[in-house]
Amino acid sequence: MITLNINGEAHGWDGDPGLPLLWFLRDEAGLTGTKFGCGQALCGACTVLIDGEAARSCITAVSDVAGRKVTTIEGLHPTGDHAVQKAWREVNVPQCGFCQSGQIMQAVALLTQNPKPSQDDIRTAMAGNICRCGCYQRIENAVHLASTGV
Amino acid sequence: MNIVSNPGTIRPVTIEKISRRRVLKSLGIAGGLVLSAPLLSRQAIAAYATGAGLMPHGTIVDPRVFVAIATDGTVTILAHRSEMGTGVRTSLPMIVADEMEADWSRVQVRQAPGDEVKFGNQDTDGSRSTRHYLIPMRQIGASARAMLEAAAAQRWNVPVTEVKASNHEVVHAASGRRIGYGDLAVDAAAQPVPAIGGLSLKDPRDFRYMGKGKVGIVDLRGITTGTARYGQDVRLPGMKFAVIARPPVVGGKLVSFDAKQALQVSGVEQVIEVQGWPWPSKFQPLGGVAVIARNTGAAIQGREALKIVWDDGANADHDSVNYRSELENATRQPGKVVRDDGDIEAALKAADKVVVGEYYLPHFAHASMETPVATADVSHGKAEIWAPVQSPGGTREDVAKTLGIPAEDVTVNVTLLGGGFGRKSKCDFALEAALLSRAVGAPVKLTWTREDDIRHDFLHTVSAERIEAGLDKNGKVIAWRHRSAAPTILSTFVAGAGYEAPFELGMGLVDLPLQIANIRCETPEIKAHNRIGWFRSVSNIPRAFAVQSMIAELAHATGRDQKDMLLELIGEPRVVKLNDSVKDFWNYGEPLDSYPIDAGRLRGVVEWVADKGGWGRTVPKGHGLGIAAHRSFVSYVATIVEVAVGAKGELRVERVDTAIDCGTFVNPERIQSQLEGAAIMGLSLAKHGEITFKNGRVQQGNFDDYPVVRIDEAPRITNVHIMPAPADKPPSGVGEPGVPPFAPALINAIFNATGKRIRSLPIGQQLAI
Repeated sequence: MITLNINGEAHGWDGDPGLPLLWFLRDEAGLTGTKFGCGQALCGACTVLIDGEAARSCITAVSDVAGRKVTTIEGLHPTGDHAVQKAWREVNVPQCGFCQSGQIMQAVALLTQNPKPSQDDIRTAMAGNICRCGCYQRIENAVHLASTGV
Repeated sequence: MNIVSNPGTIRPVTIEKISRRRVLKSLGIAGGLVLSAPLLSRQAIAAYATGAGLMPHGTIVDPRVFVAIATDGTVTILAHRSEMGTGVRTSLPMIVADEMEADWSRVQVRQAPGDEVKFGNQDTDGSRSTRHYLIPMRQIGASARAMLEAAAAQRWNVPVTEVKASNHEVVHAASGRRIGYGDLAVDAAAQPVPAIGGLSLKDPRDFRYMGKGKVGIVDLRGITTGTARYGQDVRLPGMKFAVIARPPVVGGKLVSFDAKQALQVSGVEQVIEVQGWPWPSKFQPLGGVAVIARNTGAAIQGREALKIVWDDGANADHDSVNYRSELENATRQPGKVVRDDGDIEAALKAADKVVVGEYYLPHFAHASMETPVATADVSHGKAEIWAPVQSPGGTREDVAKTLGIPAEDVTVNVTLLGGGFGRKSKCDFALEAALLSRAVGAPVKLTWTREDDIRHDFLHTVSAERIEAGLDKNGKVIAWRHRSAAPTILSTFVAGAGYEAPFELGMGLVDLPLQIANIRCETPEIKAHNRIGWFRSVSNIPRAFAVQSMIAELAHATGRDQKDMLLELIGEPRVVKLNDSVKDFWNYGEPLDSYPIDAGRLRGVVEWVADKGGWGRTVPKGHGLGIAAHRSFVSYVATIVEVAVGAKGELRVERVDTAIDCGTFVNPERIQSQLEGAAIMGLSLAKHGEITFKNGRVQQGNFDDYPVVRIDEAPRITNVHIMPAPADKPPSGVGEPGVPPFAPALINAIFNATGKRIRSLPIGQQLAI
């Protein structure tokens, strides 16, 4: 039995320890805010925080996160009002919105490491997260806004 | 208009808890209501003619179908079109709210299930929603407003002309009395629904929301908190998770399979054969082998352990290299004439100079971020589907047909779509889920992996476009012959279909808006060997690329400025009349009276973007400006791109300016976002997009070998310029028209930066030094 700490809650798993965390979150724990986009760490839709750092849950085995703190979009802020979430709403970032959980989690990780990123810093740090609708200009603006205070 | 006496019953319900009965109840259609919704439908009468009435099931104008008011004043408005990122789930209800004087902060939006008899056409495709529904939604709102006013007047015993609805209440100015919508809900519902002809629509100067761009999308909080529900997020009690191994070649089929190892994978529960239909068969499943598991990860792992023998069928030799030659050769000889103005042969012979451009655009995959996915619960002869579908009405009919049950026994619940771009107008994945649920006897969520999505897509067509332009000795273009060779979307519906349909020819080929005396358009017969489908902007992408590239080539050949050449060829402001050589001209389904081919409007966006986008400005060395313009989906778009090409050929898009004339508009903030996104999608297909076949199989599978633009390649800035328009100017498309001009504007900019003319997409390594 593996015990996972997800958003501060303990979850047990006695199935395949190699199961990608993504599918544990979505299908076993019912935390569907984390999205499946590619399964190969190519698009960033499945981004979560593991001990505060951005990670692609689609290539992270459940066994790899035993004893570590996993934060998903649902656990980012108790009322959904993290500065990044607020900035996202202020800028009206999403179109279809599907990739945005991953984008937001990546942005949170960026701002934790680099509270005042430049435009190029943002473009580099967010380059692993694909948005097919093409909300990039607004993502850039929202990260900048979150870094300067919403 | 319905009344719901207890607003608790219309609280948003999480998808996993919805049952058919609850959906009906939550919409106020069954039980405990003051008014039961009537079944009669009222066809919309528009202030200007649109093609809405020609769509299956037309439009329905009835406040009792679309609006419910609770006694606490909460107004619920149904969204009957699918949300895939365009903002339609916000924009259409916002029209109703504005027209009925509802306070948007007290409005909640509910998604309608697939039922076109009740709601009218729901096929969210073709950039049609606002242009077909602006007036019907205004009429629905105006009807509701009139019923509220009538109820208030009756209560106060004053003439209805003395009362006025304003911001969620009705006011009697003479006495200073006012009463809220919640207090009027019961009485308003008892009022007769006014005749559409007698409705008075609001003066546009009084709009609170329409045209303002101040309203955020209704799902904004849900999206940013991970609670918005996409097709991928549906959960039902007892649900199983599935993936399918499909025949790798279109037209292929299963011979045999060995599931022994797959069944040993932890979490895998069953392996079953899935029925396939012969190709082509519209959207019917390809068939194959399904792995059913307790979670999707286990199903994927189980699928990897399957041993399958396929019969590849007739398309086993399909090869994109050979196919390209076939297409290009076809454009070098005469094809079927689909437009003929003047005498092309004589004009080309008389020309002082003939410039020839051969252009090639490959297949593109839609690659929406949410792959195709559907959940089905088929039991006791009934089916309930939850899926991100663009056409829930069509899905309902196809599920019924596939399962052999009446459509009335099929419920299609529409989730949010994590991108659509035309892929999700094909409901094959919902049909697969329905078949699996019936076979397994439990609810099943079927997920397509990214590899499934890329390899089994209904691809954007591949095309060779050849244009010969004849110039007289003064550099004036006197002849234009455009041959377009591409497999048709019809091949997905009809075996052996080889000629493009009017709806493809009308997308930038026969509707060429240039003022040239001798024009001929031809298309050869081309057989498809894989599934072709609608992709955002469809045939406009290759046609705009060819036409707008050629115009810039002609500018170069005659020493002219690209914009000047473009304006000269568009010619004087006029309505372009097509002669009888164009058969069955398809004008995006719209009447030409309301939506003519207006060269003046095309000129207008070119001149406007040139002004706003600083055409002709001095740019640094290695930079270039390019321009292109195109009419599609009855809108007009012009784009200027500033590109920088580095010493090793690396591309950077510095700035994009796009101007759109889409008639009157509702939600400029979402128009802006659509055009920002169109630049990204245009850049993706120009730079990277290419799906190829070898041995009948798609050679790409994920974002490593089918890359799309990432944020570090995105334009530094994209400016969107929306042409102001009066409220009575018919609205036109927004979702798609932004894409076609982007690639040629980029390519024309690269030419001005480097002198290199790119005629084949994607750019790939063509600029590498």
